[in-house]
Amino acid sequence: MTEPAPRMQTTNLTAMYGKFSAVKGVSLDFAPFQVHALIGPSGCGKSTFLRALNRLHEMSVGGWVTGTVLLDGADIYGPDVSVIRLRRRIGMVFQRPTPFPTKSIYGNVAAGLMLEGRRPKAELDAIVERSLQRTALWDEVKDRLHTSAMALSGGQQQRLCLARTIAPEPDVILLDEPTASLDPQGTQRIEELVFELKRDFTIIIVTHNMQQAARVSDTTTFFYLGNMVEHGPTTQIFTTPQQEQTEAYITGRFG
Amino acid sequence: MNRRTLRRVKSNVMVGIMASAVVVAVLPLLFILGSLLLRGASSLSLAFFSQLPVPAGETGGGVLHAIVGTLIIVGIASLLGVPIGVGAGVYCAEYPGSRLALVTRFVADVMNGTPSIVVGVFAWTVIVAPQHHYSGLAGSAALAILMIPMVMRTTEELLKLVPNSLREAALALGYARWRTTWSVMLRTALPGIVTGTLLAVARIAGETAPLLFTALGNQYLSFNPNAPMAALPLVVFTYSIGPYEEWHQFAWAAALVLILVVLVLSIAARMVTRERFGAYRD
Amino acid sequence: MAATVPPTGLSQQAAPLKRLTGAARGDQLFRLVLTICAIVIPVLLLALVLMLVRGAAPAIARFGLGFAATKTWDPVAGQFGAFPMIVGTLLTSLLALLIAVPLSLGVAVYLTEFAPGFLRRPVAMVIELLAAIPSVVYGLWGVFVLIPLLQRAVFPFLRSLLGFLPFFQGAIYGPSVLAASIILAIMIMPFIMSVSREVLLAVPNSQREAAMALGATRWEAVRTAIIPYARSGIVGAVILGLGRALGETMAVTMLIGNRHDSSMSLFAPGYTMAAAIANEFNEAATPMHYAALTYVALLLFVITVLVNAAARLLIWRVSRGGVSGAKAE
Repeated sequence: MTEPAPRMQTTNLTAMYGKFSAVKGVSLDFAPFQVHALIGPSGCGKSTFLRALNRLHEMSVGGWVTGTVLLDGADIYGPDVSVIRLRRRIGMVFQRPTPFPTKSIYGNVAAGLMLEGRRPKAELDAIVERSLQRTALWDEVKDRLHTSAMALSGGQQQRLCLARTIAPEPDVILLDEPTASLDPQGTQRIEELVFELKRDFTIIIVTHNMQQAARVSDTTTFFYLGNMVEHGPTTQIFTTPQQEQTEAYITGRFG
Repeated sequence: MNRRTLRRVKSNVMVGIMASAVVVAVLPLLFILGSLLLRGASSLSLAFFSQLPVPAGETGGGVLHAIVGTLIIVGIASLLGVPIGVGAGVYCAEYPGSRLALVTRFVADVMNGTPSIVVGVFAWTVIVAPQHHYSGLAGSAALAILMIPMVMRTTEELLKLVPNSLREAALALGYARWRTTWSVMLRTALPGIVTGTLLAVARIAGETAPLLFTALGNQYLSFNPNAPMAALPLVVFTYSIGPYEEWHQFAWAAALVLILVVLVLSIAARMVTRERFGAYRD
Repeated sequence: MAATVPPTGLSQQAAPLKRLTGAARGDQLFRLVLTICAIVIPVLLLALVLMLVRGAAPAIARFGLGFAATKTWDPVAGQFGAFPMIVGTLLTSLLALLIAVPLSLGVAVYLTEFAPGFLRRPVAMVIELLAAIPSVVYGLWGVFVLIPLLQRAVFPFLRSLLGFLPFFQGAIYGPSVLAASIILAIMIMPFIMSVSREVLLAVPNSQREAAMALGATRWEAVRTAIIPYARSGIVGAVILGLGRALGETMAVTMLIGNRHDSSMSLFAPGYTMAAAIANEFNEAATPMHYAALTYVALLLFVITVLVNAAARLLIWRVSRGGVSGAKAE
């Protein structure tokens, strides 16, 4: 039996802030339709690594990147690549919910779809409804689709952002500590969704919460001081880590 | 014990003095508004808004020409000043570390403190002198110069209040950079920018000094911005320093109209942002 | 454009990643427009300085820096010196500060520290409205309400009380240096108040609480903990007010009496730089008269720029937090 080709692949990826390397020569493969967790103490470069995957890192002051990142075999840092199209294929959800305050709930979900030209209203309605259903938000908001998204609770806002991200059907979803600002209940719902959504998407999730990584992910990568220390199936990382640093971290001796 | 009482008394006396300072400071406003109403309101009538001034010595007449003039001059100034001010403000917020942003920000602060009469002299030198005639347009240019730094600074400050995470969310969704700025950042900051702009309009609408040697004033109704033009502040000035009692009466009424325009703009400005960014203050 | 040729390395699947020339062009165009807007501001200032210098050149060549120290202003003879109006400008502005600063600070401190909650917003709003009144309206009110009041009641009283000082001697005119200073004081009060109020609001609560915990009365807390912390910001607010007073034109022109000679008495008419420009620019008959007035405008510009730069520097220092005054206490 053959391994499926990786959806994303980094080779010797180094991400810099000016002269400081936040990520140092990381090579990783991300298989499709799995959840990949990136863990490590804060400042270890896991978020920067994530942001290099959709080329958001280069928007930071002094941010630049060397090495290669492939999406389905194509170099996303290639000279002829449209960052905009790339980001439509790689969605992202952030630490704090970021609904657009001037748009309605409906408008938020449709925001990414609108970019690809006009669509028939019925089609748009259908996609919005489906996206909200897939994020388990539809029943809560179906009666107030055209009211402000800012009135929702933090957990609802985060699920709205997830709906906004999946509406254009990206290939990959990047989650940057998506539950950091949520209460336990909100966290649980997001985790359930992540588990469901991996049927359709490849998910890469940064988390500082090891239990979360253990619960939702198929593979886990441990970062420390910008280096990729260990990468492997989640069960292996959490039961028989190969590296001493990894073991120290997951047993709570530092971090 | 005694010393403590003394300290308490001293504290209360000082607070009392400061409270009376409030009364002294608020008094002029009531005094000025009172005088305006008392002396100006009696001359206000429909005719005052719909007629032109009458020759000296006669009573009656109106400031239609000056209302039209102020609308045209301030309107053109806003058309010139608002886009440039907003554009420069967006530039400084979008590329905050660039050298141009640093220079522009500093220069805007300098220009905010520049006396308006100096700007009037500048507009005269650049527009009136080469053209050999006064014009409403020159007045608009002077007012626009006063307006640009004000609008620029508000725009920049308000864009800075929009969380950066919104920008990143839009970019991550596949928004082009210009679209991110335009339809996410600017849209979110819009109410505040409208407020700042309306306040700037209110301020320039009351400016007199920059119009003295540019728009000059005009006794007749004129819609041609390339010719001398009347404006409400100029009418107030001209008629108040004139020798006739009827003129003074006229100046009070014109001042009342002017202040109504300015106050309505200022209050409207504040209404726009009643609950601005309420959602962000966490 | 090179972007239309796909590089060989790209696989079939990656084709959708290909550059959207439209979007890239949109970004470039957007940045270009913004850059032009941002460049306009420095260019305007540069043009302003250049044109003022050019316009004033004949006067600068003829009178040099001595212009600022010469008393004669005789358009007919072509002799120009700005000394009296410079003195008038400085004098009225400083007098205005003398009146406005204690009052504004009292109000600002009262509003931020002592006033009952229901008073704060309305009073702050009244102050903002005062700042919105156009200069010419202050002038009108000054001419027809303030001056008669001063002439009938205040000036005679001041003369009888302080007549032993040379500043309060001589005939009482209506339009005078003192009248102009008072109207200026009323006009700059709102600015000093609102800026120093902001500075005081920025003082951290821990300062207040620390002083109160030591058993200070409310006034002592203000004097020993809050004012020192906010000192340089308040000084900045005052200097900002000074900058406005120096350049203020209409109300002063209407109230100062516009006379070139400078007398010791504050009851006598005087002149300021801004008022001289406002009054004479349209009537200037000779090129040298224009040049001299433009020279005055240039000097006024330079003075206000210096004053405002000083104020910004001080406010900037306090808003960055680290205030030397607070550490010394």
